[in-house]
Amino acid sequence: MTTELSHEEILRYSRHLLIPEVGLEGQKKLKASSALIIGTGGLGSPVALYLAAAGIGRLGLVDFDTVDESNLQRQIIHGTATVGKLKVESAKARLNDLNPDIQVDAYNEPFTSENAMRIAADYDILIDGTDNFATRYLTNDDSVFRGKPNVYGSIFRFDGQASVFDARTGPCYRCLFPEPPPPGLVPSCAEGGVLGVLPGTIGTIQATEALKVLLGIGSPLIGKLLLYNALDMSFDFVNLRKNPKCRVCGPDADIKELIDYEEFCGVPGRDHDEGSAGANWDIDARQLASRLALPDAPLLLDVREPHELEISWLPNAVNIPLGTLAAHLSELDSAREMVVFCKGGTRSARALELLVSAGFKKVKNLHGGINSWAQTVDKNLPIY
Amino acid sequence: MTTIRIPTPLRAYTGGQSEVPVNGLTVSEAIIDLTVRHPAIKPHILQENGELRPFVNLFKGDENINGLQGLKTPLLEADKLMLIPSIAGG
Repeated sequence: MTTELSHEEILRYSRHLLIPEVGLEGQKKLKASSALIIGTGGLGSPVALYLAAAGIGRLGLVDFDTVDESNLQRQIIHGTATVGKLKVESAKARLNDLNPDIQVDAYNEPFTSENAMRIAADYDILIDGTDNFATRYLTNDDSVFRGKPNVYGSIFRFDGQASVFDARTGPCYRCLFPEPPPPGLVPSCAEGGVLGVLPGTIGTIQATEALKVLLGIGSPLIGKLLLYNALDMSFDFVNLRKNPKCRVCGPDADIKELIDYEEFCGVPGRDHDEGSAGANWDIDARQLASRLALPDAPLLLDVREPHELEISWLPNAVNIPLGTLAAHLSELDSAREMVVFCKGGTRSARALELLVSAGFKKVKNLHGGINSWAQTVDKNLPIY
Repeated sequence: MTTIRIPTPLRAYTGGQSEVPVNGLTVSEAIIDLTVRHPAIKPHILQENGELRPFVNLFKGDENINGLQGLKTPLLEADKLMLIPSIAGG
């Protein structure tokens, strides 16, 4: 591909060409550059749309998921017409329509230790738009090993973080967070929810930073972490420094190859995946329905937040949100059989661990949560 | 009093409060005071040995306490502490 701009491209990018910091030379730089966007969800959507519109010559998209209706509240690259289709294909079609002059490479596969180095090899910059810790650590370590910038963004409910990690000149993600949290301690967006526009704010900041890095202009967020809160409308910045004990970029680094954290981490790899406490503790919705029809029915313990009960609820269930369960254990009868549930089975699995460690023995986890009940037992209930 | 800013994911353990005023001449004392006021937050930020959990960062102003004197970092009344958790949503 020539880096000269055609007349059509000059017209398309005229608002860039008018900015002295970009100009014709900058636009040619963008055309000659490439970016790998890991995740085409909430963050990946605005990142990919803006980088495509800006004329980055080649964009790589990595995702193995399909478009779900519950994605459309925030994943604006997809649409109702692409529900059920592969996310990378849905996104590629949208980007080709937005800018037919660029090349879009679709990788319909999970980003793992096996393929991360291969996929990332041919791109100038990595953009972390994933929804799980396992892939964030892979993206970071990959970028450190390859000496490439990693444009980071992460979101939860109303909070967002953004930075540019470049171990050649600043700290990496592991300098700040040496290791991922243990399973269940940090809820995913599927459990905790997220304001739909939040990834728009953080994703456009990531796109801005990627353009600055590729153009070599301005001061990118290297060595700085942006903390955004949508409720307070606050933007705070803190300094990040290289951690001399960093296991991947420090002087005594001992991580020399990519690590798959998926199992250790226990964080759902996809935002609608739900965990489980293990088969021995699980009861499925149909089994529970038959148990409830018999005498001595088990107590139903709903560990969701009170506002979720407005969406769906089970009769006679006791509601104690997971966050307050530890303080309410004495109110529960450990001699009575109990079935714990939440939206999809992840929080109830954590609740079960808490109950078992407190000596409760007759406890079960409703596999798939109230959504599974809505799917198989009571179809009048909505799935959320 | 010093204040500790609580990020959204941890506000469930501080009764929804986004900032908690605490007493303490050091970061350690301030954190202990926070966990006395809001015991539910303790396992989410501290290890059993009293150190911060490795996926939680605490900043005094705009500097990580790890680059200062860690938990022994002295505090003035006007200092603001901020907990920064790992979040992974995308």
